[in-house]
Formats: sequence, C-alpha cells, structure tokens
Amino acid sequence: MTAHTKGSGGDGMKWVGRSIRRLEDPALVRGKGRFTADLPAAHWVRFVRSPNAAGTIKGITAPDDAMVITAADIKGVKKITPMLHKFSYRPVGQPILADGEVRFVGEAIAAVVAASEEEAEDIADLVEIEIEDALPLVDSRAAVADGARQIHAEAPGNVILKGEVKTPGFDEVWAGAAKIVKIDARSNRQNATPMEARAAHAAYDSITGRITLHCTTQMPHLMRTAIADCLGMPESDLRVVAPDVGGGFGQKMSLCAEYVLVTWLARHLKSSVGWTEDRRENLIASFHSRDQYIALEGAFDKDAKLLALRADVLSNVGAYSCFPTTSGVEPLMAMAEMPGPYDVQQYQCVARGALTNTCTMAAYRGVSRPVITFTLERLMDKAAKAFAIDCIDIRRRNLITTFPYKSATGLEYDEASYRQTMEMAVEAINVPAFRARQQLAREKGEYLGIGFATFSERTGYGSPAFAARGMAITPGWETVHVTVDPSGFVEARIGSSPHGQGLRTTLAQIIADEIGVPPGMIKVVHGDTDTAPYGWGTFASRSLVISGGATLIASRKIRAKLLKIAGHMLEAAETDIVLADGKAKVAGTDREVSIAAMAREAYTQTHRFKGEIEPGLSESGTYDPPGTFSNACHVAIVRLDPETGHVRIERYLVAEDAGRIINPMIADGQVHGGVVQGIGNALLEEIVYDDSGAILTANLADYMPPTAHEVPPIELHHMETPSTQSITKAKGLGEGGTIGPPAAIVNAINDALTPFNVEIDTIPATPQRIRALLRNAERAP
Amino acid sequence: MKPAPFVRHVPRSLDEALKILADVAGDDGRILAGGQSLVPIMAFRLAKPAHLVDINEVEGLDKIADDGKALTIGARVRHAAFHKPVTGNPLGALLAYVARHIAHYPIRMRGTFCGSLAHADPSSEWCLTAATLDAVMVAKSINGTREIKAAEFFDGIMSTHLKEDELLAEVRLPLLPADARFGFYEFSRRAGDFAMSASLVTYRLDGGKIVDARVGLGGAEASPRRIPEAEAELNGKAAGDAAFRAAGEAASRAIEPLVDHQTDADYRRDLVRVVVRRALEHSLT
Repeated sequence: MTAHTKGSGGDGMKWVGRSIRRLEDPALVRGKGRFTADLPAAHWVRFVRSPNAAGTIKGITAPDDAMVITAADIKGVKKITPMLHKFSYRPVGQPILADGEVRFVGEAIAAVVAASEEEAEDIADLVEIEIEDALPLVDSRAAVADGARQIHAEAPGNVILKGEVKTPGFDEVWAGAAKIVKIDARSNRQNATPMEARAAHAAYDSITGRITLHCTTQMPHLMRTAIADCLGMPESDLRVVAPDVGGGFGQKMSLCAEYVLVTWLARHLKSSVGWTEDRRENLIASFHSRDQYIALEGAFDKDAKLLALRADVLSNVGAYSCFPTTSGVEPLMAMAEMPGPYDVQQYQCVARGALTNTCTMAAYRGVSRPVITFTLERLMDKAAKAFAIDCIDIRRRNLITTFPYKSATGLEYDEASYRQTMEMAVEAINVPAFRARQQLAREKGEYLGIGFATFSERTGYGSPAFAARGMAITPGWETVHVTVDPSGFVEARIGSSPHGQGLRTTLAQIIADEIGVPPGMIKVVHGDTDTAPYGWGTFASRSLVISGGATLIASRKIRAKLLKIAGHMLEAAETDIVLADGKAKVAGTDREVSIAAMAREAYTQTHRFKGEIEPGLSESGTYDPPGTFSNACHVAIVRLDPETGHVRIERYLVAEDAGRIINPMIADGQVHGGVVQGIGNALLEEIVYDDSGAILTANLADYMPPTAHEVPPIELHHMETPSTQSITKAKGLGEGGTIGPPAAIVNAINDALTPFNVEIDTIPATPQRIRALLRNAERAP
Repeated sequence: MKPAPFVRHVPRSLDEALKILADVAGDDGRILAGGQSLVPIMAFRLAKPAHLVDINEVEGLDKIADDGKALTIGARVRHAAFHKPVTGNPLGALLAYVARHIAHYPIRMRGTFCGSLAHADPSSEWCLTAATLDAVMVAKSINGTREIKAAEFFDGIMSTHLKEDELLAEVRLPLLPADARFGFYEFSRRAGDFAMSASLVTYRLDGGKIVDARVGLGGAEASPRRIPEAEAELNGKAAGDAAFRAAGEAASRAIEPLVDHQTDADYRRDLVRVVVRRALEHSLT
C-alpha cells in the first residue's frame, strides 16, 4: 500500500532509491544475532534496588559469605553529573550506587556478585535494606510547589532548569488578537520498552590490563568517554562494543550507572562480569519519558490566522539528570520546536524541568515532539471549532509554505511540504466519504471520528544545534572511513551505531553508487570503539543524514582516486572514465579495468604511479550539517465505544516527506514501527506511580504496548522534497512515525466525541478517562 | 526474574501425587499443571514455593467425560481441548466460545481448566464459567475425596477453600438443558488481556419468557459469582432490550467493585452494566 512519488531521478543513480533487502537480516532472521547477554561470564550481578521512593539509608545487611558491593566500596568512582551552561541549569550528581539517600523506587543500592544470575538473585533476596522514609514527590506540580521538600541540595525549588523565550513584539500582537484559544495538555509517563532490556558484560584482559565492555547502547564511544571519566581510567584502556542491539529508541543513548559498576567490577575482580536487566527492572529503573504538562494558548486574528503562541512547559525529569543530553532534552526541545509547521512569528515560552522522586527521564523516539505535536494539533482543532471552520481549513490558513523559513525561535526551516503532504493525505483518506459514513453511523448510535496531525521534524542536526543548548558534551558531527581493500572489497567504518535502522544497507547503497561496486561487496562496520572512528552514535534521526553525508564525502574521495588510477592504467583522461558494475571504463571504447585490479595496484604497484598518486585506497569523510526538516501528515479514523470508552483504530494513513529516500522499504519500516509506538503513546502505554512513589505498571500486563491486534494496516504515501541542507538530499525519518499518532488519534477521538460535548486532552486517552468524561456529561443536568 | 530455588516432584500416579503433596504441603508445596499463571509469578518471586508437584505425568487426569448429567474435566485438561465442542450438549458450544477468549493461543495450549480454577484469578474465564454454572469441584488428598460447590470454593483474589494438601483432581459441570441459550461478553483493553469485566449468562425461553436465568460476573469483584439481582430482572420477562438493560443496571448496582489503576469503582460499574447487557444480547445471536 505504498505510493512512492519520485521527486528526483534522472541523475543516473542506481542503488539509491531501491528497496534492496537489508544486509543485516540474514543473521537476525536465522537467530544468529549476537547480543550482549549471549556472552559467558565468570561473575554475574544482581542489583538490589530501593523499594522506597525517598529516604535515608540506615543500614544494609547482607549474608556473611556474599559479595555485596555498596557505595562505601566505590568511594573513588565519580558521580554521573551532566552539565548545561545555560538555562539556569543546576548540575545534580547521581551516585553509581545510592549513597546515603534514595531518590526513586528502583534506584540501585547494592550490587550482589555471584557465579550465576540465579545465585545472585537468591542472595539479593536476602539483602536487607533499612530506609527511613521521607515524603516522596511524585508529580512535577507538587515538586515545584512552594515549600516542597528539596530533593537535591543543588536544585532549589526542585527546578533543574528553566528556559524562557519571548519575541520582542509579543505583547502588542497578543493584545490585538481576535480570539485566544487554550489547551491544558497532559502527557503521562512512558517507557520506550526496547525488546532487549539493558545488558552489560565487562571482561578484563590480564595481559594488557584493558577492559572490553559489551553493552546494549546507541553510543559506544560516548559510553567509553563517560565510563572512563567516572572511573578515572585512560580511555585507551577501555574498549566498548555495541554488538547487535535489540532496539534503543533513546533509552540506550544515556549512560546508566549499572554499566559503570559492571566495568568497575571487572577491573576490581580482574575477571569477566555480566549483568542482564529483567523486564521489571527495565520498567521501573531504566529511563522514562514524556511526563509533561503543557499549557498552550494561541492568539488568532479574525480569519483564524495564528499570530502568537504562549506556552508553559513543565517536564517531570525524575530523580537525576541523564548523560550526555541532560534533563533539558525534553523541556528545551519543547520550547525550541513548539511552533511546529505553522507560520507564527510571536512566541512566549517558559519551560521548566522538575526533579521528582521518580525514575530519571531520558530521550525516547521523538523526545518532546509527540507531546508538543499533540498539544499544538489539539489547539488547532479547538481553534477550528471556536471559529466554526473545518479542521483542515484552519491548517491550510496557517501552514508554512515559503522557504527557507525562520521560526520565532530562530530555527531555519529548509524546504518542506507541509501543505502538500496534508493535501495528499486529505485526498487519500477521502474526507467527504468519511463524513457521510460518520453521519450514517451516528444515526445508528455508532461513533466514528477522524483526526489529522501535521508536523515538522528537525532531523540530522550537527553540533551547532546542540551547542545552542550550552551542553558540556556537544554531539553533532560524524566521521566515516571508507577503505577499498586490495581484493576490491569495500569496508566503511562509521561512528554511528545503528541498532535496527538498516544503516549497513543504506550506507552501502550510497557507497555503491559513488564507486561502482554492488552493495554486497560493501561492509559497514560499527559499534566497536577499537575499529570504528570516534562518533556520536545513532539517535535523533541523524545517522542517515550525518553518517550518510560523511560516507558520501569519503566515497567521493575514493571515487576521485579511482578515476586517477584508472586514468593511469587505461591511459585516458579522468573525465572520460565511467565507474560502474565493478569496473572503470573509458566511455565509448572497450577499454576497461576492474576495480579489484585497481585496488590491487593501489597497494602493491604504487611505484607505477610515479609519486602522482598516494598509496592505498582509504579515505575519510566528516560531516557536521546544520539540520534539515522532515514533515508528515498523519490521519487516523477511529471507532469509539461510548459505553466502555474503548477506541479502535479503523484506518491509519501517513503522508511523509523525508527528502530523498535511499531505501523505500527501510523508510516504510521506520514509519511503521514508529506509528505502532505512537499508538501505544496515544491509547495504551502509561507508567503509573501511586502516591508513595511505587510503580503500579511494572510488568507487560500492566504496562501495555500495542499488540498486532491493536494495530491497523498502516497506509503510507511519500513525497520527496530533496533537502538543501544535506549533501545526500536525504532527511531523517527515524522518529517521524512516532510523532504523529497521539495528535491524530486523540483528534479523531475528540471528533467522535463531538455529539457528547466533551473533550479529552490527556494521553494516553484510556477508556477509563474517556468514560469519566462521558459519565460526568451523562450526569450533568 | 529467576524463580527462587525449588524442588520439582514428578509423580506418575494420582496416589503418588497425593502422597507427595501431603509430604510437602506444610513446606510450601504447590501443584504445577500448565504453569501459565504460577510460573510467571514465580519468576517475579511473588510466589516462592519450595516444592512443585508436577502433575503433567499423572495418568488418568486428562479425561473429559459426559455421563449424561455432567461433564467431568480432569486436572490435566488444557484450555485448547475446548476449542471444538467437547459434547453435543449446549455446554460444548458454550465452553468452545468462552475458551477462545482465554489469553492467547500458546497459553491455551498449556494452561489447564482446573489449574485456572485453583489459581482463582478474579478475571479467569473458567472461574466465571464454574461460578455461573454451579460447578462441583472434586478435591482429593490422602485423606479422601471432598466435593465443593463453586459458590463455596472461591475465597477472594487468587484464593480458594482448597486445603493445602488437596489437589483439584476434577471439576463437574452440570449439562445444560437442551434448549438452553447462552451468551458471553468480556472487555479488555488489548486482545488477550485479563478481562476488566466479563459476563456469562444462560437461560431458557418458556412461552417467550426467560426462565432459569443465570447471570455470572467475573473480573469485577474479588471472586466471580452469580448476581441474583440481575437474574431477578430476567426471569419471567421477554428476552429483549428492556430486560437486558435492567439486568445490567441491577448487576452494576449489586457489586462491590474491584479497583485498580486502570479501573476505578465508577468505571467498573460502567463496565459491568455493559458486559452483562452485551452477554445477554449475544445470547440472541
């Protein structure tokens, strides 16, 4: 069900744009993937975690013969203390094991070490922790209220950061508005729930004294830097390997204390140590996300043109700050990107991060965008209602249509297709036919609804974008080394760390087109700090754009060198030579030489080049782009059961523009997976804390990702607006699928709820919440 | 998520099983049948039985027998055994319809009918079935055999009146009258999840009026049970919207609702009103 509209083409490209099968899959589908937990270890760790949300540790009692590590044993290990140099950020430190105080249920207090996971868990059961309770602060509003108990001495009022922005003409424009529309949006807490939970395995090499840490991470080099910092060891003594990684979604782009401890243990014991997180631990103690309150107001003129936005963002960042992004990742993204795809030049925002006695927040696919898109798109639907115009019409009046566009927060939007993708979706879903069906259904007491979400997605941004946040660790660029070996096979070593994105395939497609060898002869090597160049890993819809750009730069250098070599070997002008099908040919003649022969020559017959060509066939490329905006329009049609509050998605459609598509099948897969997670966000998934700070959703029966039954067929339509801010012309699309569903689905639910005169502005829109609204309406006089 | 240490016993005969159970009962011994509920809670260490008496090799416990009065279901009979009607009596069709709502296919291949009753999850479809149809539980121990009526069997959330040395060896479900109608409806957020409320109804029509109404309710209270207030709204009435709505309302009022993070008391009552009415509506299809 995919309609690919080719916006490019005719430039002779061969592999790029084709749905070739993923080079990653033969191992994975045969069960031959290699994961961290597959490695044997001499010692296994089980963490004893805090059952209390807040309090002081009064005693830890362990069986006499057990090896139980506590904070007292690791005094020399530094706390994890990420830093921002802006936004009144207060650096708070996270001890590797709770030191004196506990701050959330699930915080690691002690590490039990035993010969097997089973024994470690048995011993952990016998460890007794005595904690003197303190009053837990679970909700962000309670945490920032006057007089609330302070969770960290360094952060008065429990505010870890506060961002503020106001455009110069705001007050005047606001005062002159014809109508102000408001929404109080609530996004509840989620867990990214990768299929593989966290895992680490550290092994000591007795000859070199080096440690090899295998772990399930999206950023191996940064793990090396951060863990070496915490342990005070040379980075060169630590090799970090991300083997096959079973999903990350952002949860695996932050440093976890557990990995530091496992590495410390391997050095301490001079042995191998493994830790495999179980699902309960993952749900309570790995990173959480999306716990936000956003109050958003829009000021419109009499024609429903949006003039100004005013936002108050309160993000519950949990007990500590995540490294390297810091807990600014959600509130600051909400502040910077709130205006979304709409032309609005006046903006005011206050964005705060609240420390609470809950699990630490970190990035999750889309980060704040699912929440801000939900909020803004609900606001647009409310405004349409207030102006008594169609929800599509109000978007037509406000979407950005001229490029480049500079946003109220100073972001430069490159050319995109906000309006065109929406029109594409409107036409494909057939709105008039739906409205007729909806009317007929209502007459039978059945309630259908349609909802739209349009959004922009900042992708593939390099170091300047991160530097704007004042990060002590500023990611952004990527380096790729491309080598043609003497046999003519190609290896690309990349600093990105794909874990399901198909980058081994898509980068091979890019290389193949440049140097004229098929993707099957190209290996993309990643995830090992001993073999890959320093890089930032895979997150933020960046790898295809940034690593892809670096790959293109390196491949063009290889290409240039191959042309030179071919010119020498074929005694022809470089401009007359064509690289294709594993050969260099002199155009219009039958003279040719294989790339394998040229590669052999480049290493073993360099004297023939008479010093005119450097030996070897290995080149490097580094790319640090400004960022490029993808966009999409999502449409959901839902059926609401008003008696139970249940929502069934009948149809889901995505019209997406991510610039040039390297591999349509992989692009579709990214959108599909993202939409499924977005459905969870919209309807099902919620981490629920009780007032004592205990988690009520610590298993996959209570925390509910969608299953195949809850996911409708997903209909995809693509446009391609080649990026001007990305040398491959590709834009990022790893997160887009996740961003639209909460907005589209909840707008659809509200459309279905129209006859009942109630609205829901909370995600997930659970049946209990929907029924509560309807029950109150039924009881109203 | 590794179970605490335990000893697994694998008896081959019922006598041997009962003897081992008597030996280990005082030492936190539990029966292992399909393991679809017990093993996960052991993995979470919510249950830490020191001994498991695995009855999967015990001969004679896998029988399903219709003697013309009742259907007898042995302790090893899996949920999947009911995918197709096990008897020509309307009870066969009822059990087949209900069975399809139990969790997911792989779970139905291993989980057992009697194990589900002994586990006594309030949301269990089989507990609801046993309560609605007034099943008789046959408990065996080295001291003999004891028959327990369904209404006296369940004792709140995941608790029964089985003694610790008793094995629920079989369950007898009375056959339904040949002209019995049944209806079933359950609500959960995702396919295969525990029901947040479920109802099973049976009745006959006599001259167009409902007689012998049974309205069972599960997942709404600590134990599944028949709701006499709802049955009273049906007996003697025409099978149709008015009576069905009245029964749903009556059930909704009659319960002491279970409360959890996704279901407050008001919402549970809403669901009960709906599942009872829809079960009754299903009886007409």
